[in-house]
Amino acid sequence: KCGIVSVQDNRISIWSAGDLGNTGLNGEYHGEPRLLCDIQHNGDVMDMQFLDQERIVVASSTGTVTIFRHHQNNQTLSANHRWDKAHYHVDQDTSCGGAACTGVVCNNPEIVTVGEDGRINLFRADQKDAVRTIDNADSSTLHAVTFLRTTEILTVNSIGQLKIWDLRHQRNEPSQIFSLAGDRVPLHCVDRHPNQQHIVATGGQDGMLSIWDIRQGTMPVSLLNAHEAEMWEVHFHPSDPDHLFTCSEDGSLWHWDTSTNVSEKPSFLHQGGRSTAYLSHSTINQSVVSAWLSNDPTKDRMEITNLIPNQTLSVNSLDVLGPCLVYGTDAEAIYVNRQLFA
Amino acid sequence: MGLQRSEEELAGKSRKAQLVQVSKNYRSVIRACMEDMHQAAVSTRDPALQGQYSTQVSILSAMELIWNLCEILFVEAATAGPLLLRLLDWVRLHVCDVDSMVRDVLGSESPSKHKLFWNVVDIFVLQGRMDEARHLLSKEATANPASMNMYKILDDLMKKMPVPSLSNTQTLTELELKWQHWHEECQRYLQDGTFASNPHMESICKILLGDEDAILEKKELMTTWYHFLVTRLLYSHPTVKPMELRFYAQSSMDLFLGGESSPEPLDLILMAAFEFEMHQVIKECSIVLSNWWFVAHLTDLLDHCKLLQSHNLYFGSNMREFLLLEYASGLFSHHSLWQLGVDYFDHCPEYGRVYLELHIERIPLSTEQKALKVLRICEQRQMHEQVRSICKIMAMKALRNNRLGSALSWSIRAKDAAFATLISDRFLKDYCERGCFSDLDLIDNLGPSMLLSDRLTFLGKYREFHRLYGEQRFAEAARLLLTLMTAHIAPCSFWMTLLTDALPLLEQKEVIFSAEQTYELMRCLEDLTAGNPDKQKFQDDDVETTKVEMLRLALARNLARVIVKEGTVEGS
Repeated sequence: KCGIVSVQDNRISIWSAGDLGNTGLNGEYHGEPRLLCDIQHNGDVMDMQFLDQERIVVASSTGTVTIFRHHQNNQTLSANHRWDKAHYHVDQDTSCGGAACTGVVCNNPEIVTVGEDGRINLFRADQKDAVRTIDNADSSTLHAVTFLRTTEILTVNSIGQLKIWDLRHQRNEPSQIFSLAGDRVPLHCVDRHPNQQHIVATGGQDGMLSIWDIRQGTMPVSLLNAHEAEMWEVHFHPSDPDHLFTCSEDGSLWHWDTSTNVSEKPSFLHQGGRSTAYLSHSTINQSVVSAWLSNDPTKDRMEITNLIPNQTLSVNSLDVLGPCLVYGTDAEAIYVNRQLFA
Repeated sequence: MGLQRSEEELAGKSRKAQLVQVSKNYRSVIRACMEDMHQAAVSTRDPALQGQYSTQVSILSAMELIWNLCEILFVEAATAGPLLLRLLDWVRLHVCDVDSMVRDVLGSESPSKHKLFWNVVDIFVLQGRMDEARHLLSKEATANPASMNMYKILDDLMKKMPVPSLSNTQTLTELELKWQHWHEECQRYLQDGTFASNPHMESICKILLGDEDAILEKKELMTTWYHFLVTRLLYSHPTVKPMELRFYAQSSMDLFLGGESSPEPLDLILMAAFEFEMHQVIKECSIVLSNWWFVAHLTDLLDHCKLLQSHNLYFGSNMREFLLLEYASGLFSHHSLWQLGVDYFDHCPEYGRVYLELHIERIPLSTEQKALKVLRICEQRQMHEQVRSICKIMAMKALRNNRLGSALSWSIRAKDAAFATLISDRFLKDYCERGCFSDLDLIDNLGPSMLLSDRLTFLGKYREFHRLYGEQRFAEAARLLLTLMTAHIAPCSFWMTLLTDALPLLEQKEVIFSAEQTYELMRCLEDLTAGNPDKQKFQDDDVETTKVEMLRLALARNLARVIVKEGTVEGS
């Protein structure tokens, strides 16, 4: 069973996505997601992540970071711990001096948050105060954060920079700064390749997907023109990292597939129409060099598919695990796709 | 509500069918809301809340009733024949709750002995549900063999009753003829006194003959005048034409209410519909319903059916647009539904854009993400002024919070050179006050955005000068410094600082500035001191005077050294 957490009218809700075994020929309309429990949330939910099986960390637009616990025996949610004013502006004229917390990432028991105040916080789930705070880590808004290694994090900001921070060091400076070559387009999301830690993907305000090799150079390895508007989230598939997913304000969700066996094309026959585009972009030298980094146009191609046939409003968020893909839109709808690689 | 957009794509012959489908979709939305509301009413414990929900349910149910009738009469524009069938469906679906009665009766051990038995049979007949009526009657016949004869005749009559069909297998004239024969047959049986011994069956026969009094006797079962209307039509004028409805409707209402009670608003709305007064329907609905959703969408649908004449309101826009604008404006006050409002404005050709421009600037921008969404909407519609104003608001906010990088990012998005200059001045001011740069990560990595404003370019280059100096690349640093002044990239106010920065370079053991460069520097210094109008103030300030003197001295010394150096022939 997949568990999905959603936000509606500023409530956090937990849904059961139905049994994986309960699928028919198309596997689409069986087992509609059921609402299990929900709880009020103060402010917009900007980001959230599961800390462990039962706890969820939620970042709010008021600058508060909250841990919610899901009690599975009686299906309730309760607020377990809260860090008020994890993110704030100094000027008291603005609304309670609160600055939105824009991103959160967990590595139990550590939690790292970033916000519009350019601040990075390191929390531990059991400790009341922040373990470490880097004030003014960035002069612009930090849009997203992810772990590079257990002691290093990656952040992206609104002047198009990707920064590595080493949390072992006490100095409040990034250990490395990468930036885009041309205009400093804000970067909104970042994700790291699950197996090959030097490969990082970021998404920008112009909808461009950038792939970086952080071992070398300060500029991206490839720039792929994708969406027509802000790319809100990018995710490598955790167990099958030849697959990448991006979603955008333009209402589309793209599936990027660099798996080398293109002859056995997986068929994405859900939800009617699909638009596919081919890009020659990857190599067959699979064992050593990842498909994402190579630039050899004569070899295999990358297949890109739009998974949404009738796009209307923005797709704000997505997540992927195993054969399941979940995404949420501005039309107050959540979609679950349980047969991604059918 | 994305039906709005899909509607725009409809065209062609099957248009009517599509419009009917759209109408049905709207109705299922209403029904779904009703369901949810009903669930909420049932599950809540608070009686006040329960009352509220129940009221909502009845409002929604009235809305669906009205919509359904409008769909039959206007959208589908059912013609004589099918019209009656549709109206029968309408009545069966909406008007009275037969099901619970039916369940009770059928569930009991001997249905024909149940006290509600004849009620159920009557209501089936009144609603034209002949098969079900006959089925029940057969139970009575088996229980009461004495009436077997009567039953057989009645059953036969009911079976043979001619009804309009949806397919074109018979014309209206054929139907009328058949019906006439059947009617006469019923008449004969009644007059022969066939059913005299069983009052129930006799009354059914009278109903079949369309006897108004007989039908009116069953007022309690029918509950509403429009049910009465449809039953009347079924048994006296099954081939009624749409335009004739109004007469029957008016008389039905009068007969039914009988002067005891006056019509309710819902009754008036339905009457207006039967009279095909669409504008009246919309007007009455607007008055009665507090929310614009219903009238806005119904009007829009009718407009697409090309049914509304361009009924110009005094301020020039037409009714459909007026209602949609009202509805969409209401959406904008909601924290998340405003995005839907945008779509509505897009589909209002005359005033939509103006309304959108006004509303979009007033959306509270609580987070950057929301601001970005609003901006994207503006950019897609070429609303450049709004883009600039929103970016400016966000940039000002960022500046106040000392988030200079964010402020710069917003000015880049708006391509706002003036604001970029403002930000650069802030940086430079900080530098002058503190002697070092803040936010180096930003200034060092400006990239091509540096070119947005001159001041920004200067800032970037100036920082580069410091970097070069720090890396001891003096010759390059010197060249850069000079360029900053001679190419007028640096603002005049900063020249003094730049010249002062040149001092250490001049004092180096090794000669850095060439003769030409030194002359340039001297010229700059003279420009600076000569150009200053307030010589008095300048001379009073000791520090300044000392600085100028030191500079002059250093420049002179450098010139001396460099002339010698350049004059010396190397290696000869």
